[in-house]
Amino acid sequence: MNIPVEYFIALSTLLFFIGVFGFVTRRNLVAMLISIELILNSVDINFAVFNRILFPAQFEGFFFTLFSIGVSAAETAVALAIIINVYRNYHSDQVNSIENMKF
Amino acid sequence: MEYSYAFLILLLPFLSFLVLGLCGMKMKKPVAGLIGTIMLGSLFAMSLYTAYEYFFVIGRDAATGLYPTVTVFNFTWLKFTELLTFNIGFRLTPISVMMLIVITTVSFMVHIYSFGYMAERDDKYKFEEYEHGFQRFYAYLSLFTMSMLGLVVATNIFQMYMFWELVGVCSYLLIGFYYPKHSAVHASKKAFIVTRFADLFFLIGILFFSYYVGTFNYDMNANPELIGKLASVAAKYSWLLPSALFLMFIGGAGKSAMFPLHIWLPDAMEGPTPVSALIHAATMVVAGVYQVASLFPIWVQYAPNQLHWVAYIAAFTSFYAAAVACCQSDIKRGLAFSTISQIAYMLVALGVSYAVDNHEGGLGYMAGMFHLFTHAMFKALLFLCSGAIIVIIGSNFKQYMGGLHKYMPITNICFLIGCIAISGVWPLAGFFSKDEIVSACFEFSPFMGWFMTLVSGMTAFYMFRLYYVIFWGQSYYELDPENRKKPGEVPFVMWGPLVFLAIISIFAGWIPFGHFVSATGQSMEIGLQHFEFTSVAWFSLLAAAIGIGLATWMYLPKNNPVPDMLAKKMPRLHKAALNRFYIDDAWQFFTHKIVFGCFSKPIAWFDRHVIDGTFNFMAWGAQEAGETIRPWQSGDVRSYAAWFLTGTIALTLILLCILS
Repeated sequence: MNIPVEYFIALSTLLFFIGVFGFVTRRNLVAMLISIELILNSVDINFAVFNRILFPAQFEGFFFTLFSIGVSAAETAVALAIIINVYRNYHSDQVNSIENMKF
Repeated sequence: MEYSYAFLILLLPFLSFLVLGLCGMKMKKPVAGLIGTIMLGSLFAMSLYTAYEYFFVIGRDAATGLYPTVTVFNFTWLKFTELLTFNIGFRLTPISVMMLIVITTVSFMVHIYSFGYMAERDDKYKFEEYEHGFQRFYAYLSLFTMSMLGLVVATNIFQMYMFWELVGVCSYLLIGFYYPKHSAVHASKKAFIVTRFADLFFLIGILFFSYYVGTFNYDMNANPELIGKLASVAAKYSWLLPSALFLMFIGGAGKSAMFPLHIWLPDAMEGPTPVSALIHAATMVVAGVYQVASLFPIWVQYAPNQLHWVAYIAAFTSFYAAAVACCQSDIKRGLAFSTISQIAYMLVALGVSYAVDNHEGGLGYMAGMFHLFTHAMFKALLFLCSGAIIVIIGSNFKQYMGGLHKYMPITNICFLIGCIAISGVWPLAGFFSKDEIVSACFEFSPFMGWFMTLVSGMTAFYMFRLYYVIFWGQSYYELDPENRKKPGEVPFVMWGPLVFLAIISIFAGWIPFGHFVSATGQSMEIGLQHFEFTSVAWFSLLAAAIGIGLATWMYLPKNNPVPDMLAKKMPRLHKAALNRFYIDDAWQFFTHKIVFGCFSKPIAWFDRHVIDGTFNFMAWGAQEAGETIRPWQSGDVRSYAAWFLTGTIALTLILLCILS
């Protein structure tokens, strides 16, 4: 059976905007990190789908998806480390508690 | 090669300036003084030897019968164009050799004398310590000597100008030597600004000259091609050479303190007295005379009328300065005005010349140079004597003096010799040189002759007035001997140079000067030296006798009422003369009210409001813009993301609209 391509795109778009919405609205740093992961995953879906539909004989899209998953894993590790340090220093996991960087 | 040591004449004083200037503070004071003095002593010896070699060993050129113009070296310092280069050189002519002797003699005497003058003394005039800044003083003296020597041996007008400015700087530094004193600072600024203002004209004159003639050289003997160049330029632009020369003369008038640019010289007396003797009496102030004398052949040939203007300006100056000198109560200022008057004499002598000839019309050249030589000696002597008096009295003002002949016998005699010499009494130096000048004036016009005879009478009067009020009359000390310091004689280092210069002042008149320096270069006799007294000589002797007699009658007796009575009879004249006929005030008015008020103020307003305003506005704008956009940097990550997203969507939409 063939799932129409629009379904995939609708899913990834939905995931992307859920991620963006979460990133903008949530204040908890971990929740923001999760939102970013959602955005990344929506992109990964797009890579895989378009590879499958447009260039079925090739694998670049799949490899790039794997690559991006690896990168996001590393990025998550770094981000979590930063979040833990922020928590240690500010005793808070809220993003608006870190305001030292403004003017 | 002949004169192979000549480069040392410029190099030695420069080296000693560097050594004393850079390491002076590391040395003991007498060591620094000794370095300067020994250097100057060797320069003195070298100059004497140069003169001996120039005049007696090598002597006249066999072909022309003239003393040759020797260019010892002349290297390119700066290349303006292929044809126009600025050279530094060393040139010997009869007058530059004479100047070498004048400068090194006076400078050497001043170096020795300063050991005594620049010292602190106790109540009994016993030496205590050398003054603060002793090393600096000798460093400046070395620099000055170097610059002055460079000026007189200049091969071209631009080199002369460069060293001309250097001597101006030295004069500035030395007038302001006692820089904690306000008056000294003011005087040094005044001297520098006035001479610098005049030098601007000198520079413009040089630019005119070099632009049209195409060279900086001015000596037609050393550069024969100059004759043709000058002739072609004069044929094409008749206005050029007279105006260029006159502009250069304005520079010379500033340095030589001609009316109305003389105002800096009396104030320059704020400097230490040895400096006044060296710079403001004997050497630097005659630079203007030397400049006119160096350009003399060009003046006579291409600008004879303008040369006579020089004579008129100088004649007026000499009269004016003599009139002011008659009622100065500061002895150094009195001598300063006398210097102005005597320098004006030299310029009159040059100015009344109208031909390059030894007797008809060119006598003034020889006379002016002769007077320059003798005047340097006796005026340095007079200044050094006044310095000795100031050391003892501790003041420049005549009311603290009087009756010093008992206490300072050597200074008394030396000062008297200087006075007789400057008054022009036979057989001292001033008689011969001054009478040659007066004869040259009579050749030019009888009025000029009588006028200068009158001024020479005034010279005798004010000099003897000064002599009597210092050494005779009522003694200030004897009025209250209990509480006042008893005057005494100065130490040997001070009276030694006095005696040396006094001896020169006595005998310098007998030097057969015409054999060495004359307008054509050919040997000439000075008739007076062979007892051929003309009526001119008798008249000027008579004028001197009247001046001296008048001064003796008025100032020799104690508390003579005549001078005060005269002052009361003519209060306005006396007050005007005391205030130097308000020339300083006129300049003050001119600079402050007219130049500052009408030109500087609007310019300052423009600078403050328009130029500064533009930049202030730019700075203000940048600051305001920063203040406005600063809150955007909120530090809130989520709002950044929201803005970023909004922007991306907006951009996408715009792109879609454009593409579709």
